[in-house]
Amino acid sequence: MEEKVKDTGTEEKQDYIINIGPQHPSTHGVMRLVVSLQGETVKYVEPHLGYIHRGIEKMCESLTYPQIIHLTDRMDYLSAHINNEVFCLAVEKALEIDIPDRVKVIRTLMSELTRIQSHELFWASYGMDLGGQTCFFYGLRDREMVLDIFEETTGGRMLVSYNCPGGVMYDLHPNFQKRVKEFLTHFRKVLPEYDEILTNNVIFHERTVGIGPLLREEAISYGITGPSGRASGFSCDVRKHEPYSAYDRVKFNEVLYTEGDAFHRYLARVEEMRESMNIIDQLIDNIPEGPYAVKMKPVIRLPEGEYYQRVETPRGELGVFIISDGNKTPYRVHFRTPNFANLSVLNHLVKGFKIADLISIFGSLDYVIPDIDR
Amino acid sequence: MLTSFGIINYLSAQSGPWWKVFYDFTSLTKNIDASLHNTMSPFWTTVTELVIVGVLFILFYAVIGLFLVYAERKVCAFIQNRLGPNRIGPYGIFQTVADLIKLLFKELIPIKNADHFLFNLAPYIVIIVNFMVLAAIPYALGLHAIDLNIGIFYVIAVSSMSVIGVLLAGWSSNSKYSLLGAMRSGAQIVSYELSVGLALATVVVLAGSMQLSVIVEGQRTGWFIFKGHIPAVIAFVIYIIAGTAETNRGPFDLAEAESELTAGYHTEYSGIKFAFFYLAEFINMFIVASIAATIFFGGWMPLHFGANNGFNRIMDFIPPVIWFFGKTFFLIWIIMLFKWTFPRLRIDQLLTLECIGYGIYSPHGLAFLVINF
Repeated sequence: MEEKVKDTGTEEKQDYIINIGPQHPSTHGVMRLVVSLQGETVKYVEPHLGYIHRGIEKMCESLTYPQIIHLTDRMDYLSAHINNEVFCLAVEKALEIDIPDRVKVIRTLMSELTRIQSHELFWASYGMDLGGQTCFFYGLRDREMVLDIFEETTGGRMLVSYNCPGGVMYDLHPNFQKRVKEFLTHFRKVLPEYDEILTNNVIFHERTVGIGPLLREEAISYGITGPSGRASGFSCDVRKHEPYSAYDRVKFNEVLYTEGDAFHRYLARVEEMRESMNIIDQLIDNIPEGPYAVKMKPVIRLPEGEYYQRVETPRGELGVFIISDGNKTPYRVHFRTPNFANLSVLNHLVKGFKIADLISIFGSLDYVIPDIDR
Repeated sequence: MLTSFGIINYLSAQSGPWWKVFYDFTSLTKNIDASLHNTMSPFWTTVTELVIVGVLFILFYAVIGLFLVYAERKVCAFIQNRLGPNRIGPYGIFQTVADLIKLLFKELIPIKNADHFLFNLAPYIVIIVNFMVLAAIPYALGLHAIDLNIGIFYVIAVSSMSVIGVLLAGWSSNSKYSLLGAMRSGAQIVSYELSVGLALATVVVLAGSMQLSVIVEGQRTGWFIFKGHIPAVIAFVIYIIAGTAETNRGPFDLAEAESELTAGYHTEYSGIKFAFFYLAEFINMFIVASIAATIFFGGWMPLHFGANNGFNRIMDFIPPVIWFFGKTFFLIWIIMLFKWTFPRLRIDQLLTLECIGYGIYSPHGLAFLVINF
């Protein structure tokens, strides 16, 4: 029964080691945490990765640029559109193409809808991790409306593959504006319900406030980005600092807290949903007319060189690094995925907390496992 | 056959219509006893009566279990904007029967390195404890298996024994998740027994007896939750919280804690043995609710105000059985609402909560006990 774990010193035999995963309800995927316990208290956690490694970066080297877009969907499946976008932006930057305004606005709208549905799923699953199973159904009920909007315009619900180098694949569906407005009206009505059932719940406060605190300096040194980093006061919103698409023409607040505990990581995500709704509000009536894509050459070849582009996904900063040798396939592609960096802090956060807090902290960092393994 | 003989005897001797039996079971049971005595020796009478009661309780246990599982699924579906089971039978009422058949036919997976004797014994301990408590509950006037003069004491003593089954299950499974769950459950049940005991002591003082039938009779002029003023209300709230914690349900389901320990102490159980634990949890909930109904809401006693007036007589038209089950299922519904609304507590918070409750309640409760004496 006793499992050997390397690098734990001489006391390894006395540790009560328990495997959380690879198949476990609250790891949200195939992730294995080797947890060393003393009673209920966690001594250390060692995450074991690779259960869903598909070699996406290596596969990219043998695929053309338009083909790679469909692989980026499969990294962080909850922010599929934003993953597509970062790759398209990188290609467009390399080719120095001017993108029509309409495309920029469409991409921004879709990105923010993606952010909302991702945070909704976070809210739903976080509630379930803490034992409130009703949250899961409420969250998924409202997420369904966003997925329906995606389905209507892009044909896909989760893995939308809507972007292509130079624009988007198809124009918006005529119903798009109407449906989005309907969703916003509905969602503004139900967000207070979310607060009632979870945010203002006493037990929820007990379980999250002061749990797994992360200092600003630690967040920067571990490279924790996204709402998790911003909850610690690390201003890292790429949309704000390095605006891409249409983010330079909308007003929104960067949600920042200083406490950095599980509760504020949760709160940052809930507040971001509100900010995303504001962004959509500003753009939904002002979608410029024009072409929805630039005419591209049938075979895209990037000029020789190195290119980097970063965007803000619901989980943090996603960067793509492309080295091109002038061929129709890239020489090397690397993705800087937010979850991989966010995972590095897990052991630091959970030390000394209870096993139930481990689940709470793990949930509050909102991991998507395929994004870690790629 | 003999039983039906007794019932026929009894019914033919009745002056009123047959459904009068639902208002008072005393003469029915006495009649059956007498007719059995007429046909056989006292020893065999006792044996026959035990068998009859045993079979009745097993049937009752199964029916209540199946119904509660169905009710829970419907209640949680109601809260979660879903329909719940709706395929098998009208409104899916046979869903749980189908589930039971499935569980009966499922393979019992033997666990390597488990302590097989204890592993197999554990679910039976939990079930037996359930039966022992069910026997002491007065379901209606005269519908009462044993009416001990220390009824409440017996219920508290016996129901706390279920922790042995849970601990054995966790220990003998030889699984780390199970052990953690069992240890949590042990700490939880043992500590919450204190609150349950004190909450029930309040009513013992009010009624002046530990015998459950006397307690119910004492509520003929008004239920204790109304007659006991604030102490009884506080005692009821404490009891319902501590009772939920004792059944390992709701926000206190740390022993199972799906998102932490997968299934806690019954992780390694499969098939019908798993179903026993599952069923025991639901029957425990029924027991907690029925004790609360008996102690605070008058059990089978209809809603009475004052001694003898028109309102009381109207209430008397509803048979006691309906009163009892109505109150019990209302309380079960409240316990279910807890479960599907709140997130789960952490183990140290759970024990702290108990300390706070104990700290607030025990001086208050003890003072009240003294005043009453």
